[in-house]
Amino acid sequence: MTRLQQILALAAGGLALLTLLASLMAGPALLPAITLFGLCGSLTLLRFLRASTLWIDGGLALLGGAALLFSLGIVQPAPAALWLALAAAWAFAWLFVERLSEAIARRQVDGRLFGLLIPALFGGAILLAWEVITRGGGVPTVLLPPPSMIWARILASLPILGADFAQTFLRAVLIGYLLGCLSGYLVAIAIDRSPFLKRGLLPLGNFVSALPIIGVAPIMVMWFGFDWQSKAAVVVVMTFFPMLVNTVAGLSAAGAMERDLMRTYNAGYWQTLFKLRLPAAGPFIFNALKINSTLALIGAIVAEFFGTPIVGMGFRISTEVGRMNVDMVWAEIAVAALAGSVFYGAIALLERAATFWHPSVRGG
Amino acid sequence: MTRKPVLGDTVPILLVVAILVLVWYAAAVWLNAGLLSATYQRAKVENVPMTQFVLDAWAMERPLLPAPHQVAVELWNTVVGTAVTSKRSLVYHGWITLSATLLGFAFGTLLGVALAVAIVHNRAMDRSMMPWIIASQTVPILAIAPMIIVVLNAVGISGLLPKALISTYLSFFPVVVGMVKGLRSPEPIQLDLMHTYNATPGQVFWKLRWPTAVPYLFASMKVAVAASLVGAIVGELPTGAVAGLGARLLGGSYYGQTIQIWSALFAAAALAAALVAAVGLVERLVTGRMGARPA
Repeated sequence: MTRLQQILALAAGGLALLTLLASLMAGPALLPAITLFGLCGSLTLLRFLRASTLWIDGGLALLGGAALLFSLGIVQPAPAALWLALAAAWAFAWLFVERLSEAIARRQVDGRLFGLLIPALFGGAILLAWEVITRGGGVPTVLLPPPSMIWARILASLPILGADFAQTFLRAVLIGYLLGCLSGYLVAIAIDRSPFLKRGLLPLGNFVSALPIIGVAPIMVMWFGFDWQSKAAVVVVMTFFPMLVNTVAGLSAAGAMERDLMRTYNAGYWQTLFKLRLPAAGPFIFNALKINSTLALIGAIVAEFFGTPIVGMGFRISTEVGRMNVDMVWAEIAVAALAGSVFYGAIALLERAATFWHPSVRGG
Repeated sequence: MTRKPVLGDTVPILLVVAILVLVWYAAAVWLNAGLLSATYQRAKVENVPMTQFVLDAWAMERPLLPAPHQVAVELWNTVVGTAVTSKRSLVYHGWITLSATLLGFAFGTLLGVALAVAIVHNRAMDRSMMPWIIASQTVPILAIAPMIIVVLNAVGISGLLPKALISTYLSFFPVVVGMVKGLRSPEPIQLDLMHTYNATPGQVFWKLRWPTAVPYLFASMKVAVAASLVGAIVGELPTGAVAGLGARLLGGSYYGQTIQIWSALFAAAALAAALVAAVGLVERLVTGRMGARPA
């Protein structure tokens, strides 16, 4: 074991021992699950006599999480044993992740499968800490609702969330995204033929990409009305410039050698464009598509702050915040985060399929 | 990036800008035409000559699209013609946005560098944090902005800090990604050399990794400072249009003051350009002192 692992192992075992002691002092029957976790965790201190496998640490982290969730709310305010158990569970999870990533690096376990386990465990640990701290610590739900409450709210208000999702994502984001990316792409191909325009437009495009374009939202709402058209227009403006700049950069990605080869084939401009330069620009175009996928969601939601019909994710967030229904706001945020991640993931998958020849895809 | 000859780019850029301004003037006439004819009808004015119509379209008080010179006049009046302390001064609002931007940018850069250092030095950190850092940016933080502002306000924290937090969230990401790449950019042969010198991890970091990462740091700081400004502007929206460039946008949108919206927009654009240029200037000074050849 490395030094960090030894420190972590000592901390995890020691915290578990403290948990056990605190739980015994408060009465072992009060929090039986926590007592059990403390007992099992303390036994891992024996690893300094005889090496133990890393799966024991992973199992203990899971056991600790389950014990915490089971014991929450039995005693209010939360006793010291609960906080110690949380710290111990975190220490076990960290130790497990340390040992697992070392095992992956040494190719003792399959990296593809267990590589996914590590971030999943990290996310779970964050959610667990969130739940325990908000419920155990009695944090007012107005400030930060526990994840379980947000989940209950999501299940309870599926129709509203669905309507908001359809209004904001399916109409404003998707339509604006398609129009913005397509127009940026076409304009890039059009100005590519004129070096003069390219020299004039590219610095401007780079400049505009750095601007807070989100500021055009009130103007678009004024021009296109309150419904989704104005939000789609904001998304078009936001996605246009990254696409333009990236496509123009991508079109010059094909090397001189390949172009000469196309010339020896007597290929025309359009043949060279479609068979060589556009495929070569693929990684750049997908880069813009990925950047734009997050920009589009942000643009549509923020544009709804400036005026909207009574449906939509941005509208719901701003009104429910005013009514202090924070759990509804979090439910809406969870939907937005999920939609954003799926959108991004879909484009990333598409990229792997379309630019399979690129080193960054082949290597990873 | 290599610098191109200055004159070679200036002419095309100026030409494109000139074309855009012309298109803008034409669009102003076209967009305001409906509004203007309605005004004429109410005033019972008929047979307006074409030139008069166009001039009126460029001089409306609340046009759909103000003409460029109207925006320029408004900018001049609110930047130079008004006392800095006045609430009508754009300098006053710009300063409020700028202070939140800079604070958030400083937090974001520090957080980003700290995370990148941890990620580069610890494999478990890399594997567990990196996917979530990427996922964090698919969360539309700007949608969470109103909640952060309102909730922190309820606890008694208001003013600069909540806005700066939103800026931090937007600006730490480019720094993390850039710095992870930068801190990993030393070649294995250079790391091996440090190894043969029996260098401690701290020495490897300060004498090899950090200097190699500095160009990456500046490249990502340019992106981060622009993102930070967006965060500060959006952070001003839900506070009910009190102060700042975002508040000018929202106020203008409430009262149909299009000229005010456009001037706030241009002020924000100028601020963004100035911030990016400032980072670029520091970059040139620092890389110059570090002995980089002037690129």
